[in-house]
Amino acid sequence: MITEKTLPNVSRRTLLTGGLATGFLLAFHLPLRAAVNEPVQRDATDGKFAPNAFIRIDETGRTVLMMPQVEMGQGTYTSISAVLAEELDADWSKVEVQHAPPNDKLYANPTFGLQVTGNSNSIRAWWMPLRKAGATARAMLVQAAASQWGVDAASCTASKGEVAHAASGRKLGYGELALAAQGQTPPKDAAVKDPKDFVLIGQPLKRLDTPDKVNGKALYGIDAILPGMKIAAIANCPVFGGKVGKVDDSAAMKIAGVRKVVVLDDAVAVIGDHMWAAKKGLEALKIEWNEGPHAGISTKDIWQDLRDASAKDGVVAKSTGDIAKALATGDKFEASFELPFLAHASMEPINATVHVRPDACEIWTGTQIMTRVQSEAAKAAGVPADKVIVNQHLLGGGFGRKLEPDMVVAAVKIARQVDYPVKVIWTREEDIQHDVYRPVYRDQVTATLVDGKVAAWKYKIAGSAILARWLPPAFQKGIDIDAIDAAVDAPYDFANFHVEYVRAEPPAVPTGFWRGVGPNNNVFAIECAMDELARKAGKDPIDFRKSMLTKNPRMLSVLNQVAEKSGWGQPLPARVGRGVCVQPSFASFIATVVEAEIDDIGEIVLRRITSVVDTGIAVNPDTVKAQIEGGLIFGLTAALYGEITIDKGRVQQSNFHDYRMMRINETPKIDVTVVKSGEAPGGIGEAGVNAGPPALRNAIYAATGVALRRLPIDRKLLAAGRKA
Amino acid sequence: MATVLTINGETKSFDAPPEMPLLWVLRDILGMTGTKFGCGIAQCGACTVHVDGKAVRSCVLPVSAVANRAITTIEHVGTTPSGAKVQKAWLDAEVIQCGYCQSGQIMSAAALLAATPNPDDSDIDAAMAGNICRCGTYVRIREAIKLAASGRQS
Amino acid sequence: MSKTMRILASLVVIAIVAVALGVWIIRGPGPLDFASGTKVALADYRAGKPTGVPASLEKASLVERGEYLAKAADCMVCHTKPGDKEYSGGLGFKLPFGTLYSTNITPDKDTGIGNYSDQDFLNAVQHGKRHDGARLYPAMPYTSYTFMTDEDVLAVKAYLFSLPAVAAKAPENTLSFPFNQRWAMMFWSAVFNPDTRFAPDASKSPEWNRGAYLAEALAHCGECHTPRNLGFALDNRKKFAGAITAGWHAFNISSDKATGLGNWRDEDLIAYLSLGHAPGHGSASGPMGEAVDHSFSQFAPEDIRGIVAYLRSVPPVPSPDLPAGTAPIAPASHKDGVTADARGKKVFASACASCHGWSGESPVSPMATLTGTWAVNDPAATNVAQIVLSGTKRHTPDSALSMPAFGNAYSDDEIAAVANYVTARFGAKGSKLTAKDVAELREQTAE
Ligand code: FES
Ligand code: FES
Repeated sequence: MITEKTLPNVSRRTLLTGGLATGFLLAFHLPLRAAVNEPVQRDATDGKFAPNAFIRIDETGRTVLMMPQVEMGQGTYTSISAVLAEELDADWSKVEVQHAPPNDKLYANPTFGLQVTGNSNSIRAWWMPLRKAGATARAMLVQAAASQWGVDAASCTASKGEVAHAASGRKLGYGELALAAQGQTPPKDAAVKDPKDFVLIGQPLKRLDTPDKVNGKALYGIDAILPGMKIAAIANCPVFGGKVGKVDDSAAMKIAGVRKVVVLDDAVAVIGDHMWAAKKGLEALKIEWNEGPHAGISTKDIWQDLRDASAKDGVVAKSTGDIAKALATGDKFEASFELPFLAHASMEPINATVHVRPDACEIWTGTQIMTRVQSEAAKAAGVPADKVIVNQHLLGGGFGRKLEPDMVVAAVKIARQVDYPVKVIWTREEDIQHDVYRPVYRDQVTATLVDGKVAAWKYKIAGSAILARWLPPAFQKGIDIDAIDAAVDAPYDFANFHVEYVRAEPPAVPTGFWRGVGPNNNVFAIECAMDELARKAGKDPIDFRKSMLTKNPRMLSVLNQVAEKSGWGQPLPARVGRGVCVQPSFASFIATVVEAEIDDIGEIVLRRITSVVDTGIAVNPDTVKAQIEGGLIFGLTAALYGEITIDKGRVQQSNFHDYRMMRINETPKIDVTVVKSGEAPGGIGEAGVNAGPPALRNAIYAATGVALRRLPIDRKLLAAGRKA
Repeated sequence: MATVLTINGETKSFDAPPEMPLLWVLRDILGMTGTKFGCGIAQCGACTVHVDGKAVRSCVLPVSAVANRAITTIEHVGTTPSGAKVQKAWLDAEVIQCGYCQSGQIMSAAALLAATPNPDDSDIDAAMAGNICRCGTYVRIREAIKLAASGRQS
Repeated sequence: MSKTMRILASLVVIAIVAVALGVWIIRGPGPLDFASGTKVALADYRAGKPTGVPASLEKASLVERGEYLAKAADCMVCHTKPGDKEYSGGLGFKLPFGTLYSTNITPDKDTGIGNYSDQDFLNAVQHGKRHDGARLYPAMPYTSYTFMTDEDVLAVKAYLFSLPAVAAKAPENTLSFPFNQRWAMMFWSAVFNPDTRFAPDASKSPEWNRGAYLAEALAHCGECHTPRNLGFALDNRKKFAGAITAGWHAFNISSDKATGLGNWRDEDLIAYLSLGHAPGHGSASGPMGEAVDHSFSQFAPEDIRGIVAYLRSVPPVPSPDLPAGTAPIAPASHKDGVTADARGKKVFASACASCHGWSGESPVSPMATLTGTWAVNDPAATNVAQIVLSGTKRHTPDSALSMPAFGNAYSDDEIAAVANYVTARFGAKGSKLTAKDVAELREQTAE
């Protein structure tokens, strides 16, 4: 059994030496309430107070906080700063943030043991380590002041970047104390604050990264500019797994501004003075591809394979009660839910700028995996990892795409062929057609009803095991703990409960994490099935759920609140419906109601969305709201439009005209309530994504009676009078 | 042959093929990276600039078409009354997430307010539906535009 | 002769006369019959040389001359499937009674025309007869190419034979009975193929004659722009009055002032043909866009002028299906002007307004201006819907612009709605397209 106490030991070493499945599994799901207890290493920085890897205070009081997680819109720079500054009692107005360099020793995410940002766990994973780091630094500053004044440290207080001695009325700013504090011995066990004393945490703080984002000054990876830099556009083999055959570059080289054509194994790049020359050059190339063995694959066949795979028995991930017996009695329900391939399409297309010099390889990019980028770039450049310098940037959206190093590796290979820095930019078309896709999933529910409640619940997930590729040691005994996330910990009280997983990899199509990760498919299937079961039981969908949430008070509470705030039960016009979704994702408890109208031709008009969120202590409640609002749009976009299809080994979508996005004129009023809570913080960056699709689907079910089992929504099934 | 443009009130002279879109002139020749590349086909609005005060997609705008016209970019829109209002409202309403689309959103919103000082929801839809935000900040964009129009301050 | 026999004989005579008369009526005049001057044999026309290549290429090799003529005849577009090798065929033409595939005309011996003798090639191009004697379907415009001189046809052959041979077998046609009976085309050809070479009009200028040769024999304008008769052949009584071809509306190019080219300035016509765009008249898209890209844009300037001179002389034929002129610019605000069709407006705001503007005058490029184009003034909205479905691309020396194809992500309902909104807002009369109409248009485009 794993208990909380053992969690801190989930270090990188244990992760990578195996035997960790359960430990990782829990760590992956649970908020890390306990801290990584080892004191975080100090690094020496001249003329500054640098008590640990996260805090730098100079003599002017300028407080620079190093960000172990990356900012991709989720507001983590502000939240992490708030946590550090809270315990440090820093002057918030003097706080500045800096991207941390790649360094797993200093900045590895405590859950993953790698310097990675993902799975909505930045605050969950860093909550205690950062509070400790802040508290330790504050203690050192207080000690420095106390010894200067010759008083007992316990008689001093810290607040807003100053230490005060109330008895004597003396005060010293952190800047004035910086040098002295640097000489103090860090206390072994600096006390963290009682949450009731928080002054920053829990306040709707203004984000630190936004002022430069309104005036064009913020720098994303794609904005890197270096002396002598050239720009490259890339064309990857349109067929998965294909290679470059012949390239005729005679016409391309004649284009003004084209500098060089670089032929890689599976891609061709044109380097030019600017992107326009590079693009024109690429268009002028005559490339013959060796399409390879996958030139025949299609989503049609992939779906057939997945359906076949999901008919097989899976590996049991969890089983309680006697499922076989329980399924034999009661009113039986069976359904399968299918989710398509999806591209990430972050607004900033993938890119990387690389300068390969004789002595080093330097990279400018925005990535969710700093150290992996460093090690993969080292391999591609043929240099040791310590010769790879990675300059982190803001991310113009990540959504999981930038958990992959492929763009950096390709850019290094291109940059190796020239002696100047090259910025390699994927056009939107390349970005969409050479993504690492959210896999196709098929989820099968078999359940029985007895006395209006679910008596047996058998759930089988079939789909790709992303972790098996991405973090092989985490893939144990045939179970992908991401794929089953939110399925093994379904919120309901089911007496007989059984979850299986069938690993089914599509041929050649790379699959990866996509905002919302595993819970995306599971929350959808579970919540859709629950609506159908409620109808079968003749119950209101919310009442039905409530009857099985008696042991889950946090869930029950948000569900009750959302029912009230959404006007659940109040009469609606014809073809307008409300749908609900409850989800325990990323250790947050969320209930959402979508109200939608379905017109006579099956077009969907979103009218209103209400969400109630219990994420424990909300470090920045306004960010929590923003993440739910944005996550809902992200998930609903997928439900309404998202699908990558493949034919002849090629992705058929290419840009926003055929890979559609929700826009402002489709966006309803969204009302998010963040519940006050003293529990440890949960994850929030992805949760909203999970909520939208099932709630919308259930609203459609209520409005039209059509039980959709597949995404994206097929409007043809919703035209008046037609049935699924 | 040198092309001469007036950008943010300054005259800039450079060499570029006439059909080269303004976006790449700004970003790659002039080093003004506030204007973003998102799609290259006028579907996302990330590259929006003002030409004679109107919001235009610079990714499809040949540089030859804008000689003698006043170009304003995100770096300078704060000097216009509507641009300053919009930027302030954007901060007050905490619109921004990753921020990558926001240069374009702000340019579109500033042009909207300059032409329609008190936009209603349908005006906002008409002016802003061409701007995609993948982070989904639409609710706050709407709110911030109204805030900017009302002249309310935080 | 018995009485019965006489009656029978007279009946036969009557029948023959009736058929002949019918044929004559259906067939109607030839494409050049409107010009009433005296036709002379090519050799007798001394004022200039209407056939062959422009003066600048006169000394070029046979292959180079053939290349110019092959482009003028626009062979490539129909004989290439997008993404495949040029001239290797396989492009499907969707007809109501099945799909017809173009053939491989590279010099591959097995799947192309590598075994064609000069006479075989002439037979195909001028007479619609295949190497094996089988008949060609008139999707191949041999009734136009028949006006080409032997010399020019054989120059084209020389060019094609200079290309790399590509082994590519076109898919079998999927025509249903009776259209799969190739032999029946013999009768069609007998009636409708004029089977004659170009004869200059002595009363006309050399420029006009050059234009006539290019427009009729090579560029085969009438194949798209002239309506068809009962026999599915060109009805030259309504020469160039506009028609629907391959799901696109080829507009009126007669000299009619209201609905044809009568009010276009010469420089507009020249720009439209050579660049695919004329200010205030929109941009060439669909099949015309391809004709500009692969054919007209490669013409020598004097050849374009010849075509313009020729087009000017074609008698005006009004198009009753079009309004008597194009609508003026729409209001700048989305709230003014036509505002009906909330669904169409929503799509327009999302996907279209950035480029086309709420006024129809593009903030980006004159090429994207909707005001003044026939496409948005056509109450059938055929081309509006088609461009939305399949997109378009234009290049001029100063500018390049393309519109993406929205057909894969937008539903038939949405496309119908946006077409109706666009024609109502920017045109003279709004269209009433339905999702079904859009589905049919999807069916008709070549692929
Ligand atoms: S980059 Fe110009 S609209 Fe998307
Ligand atoms: S804020 Fe990230 S795309 Fe809009």
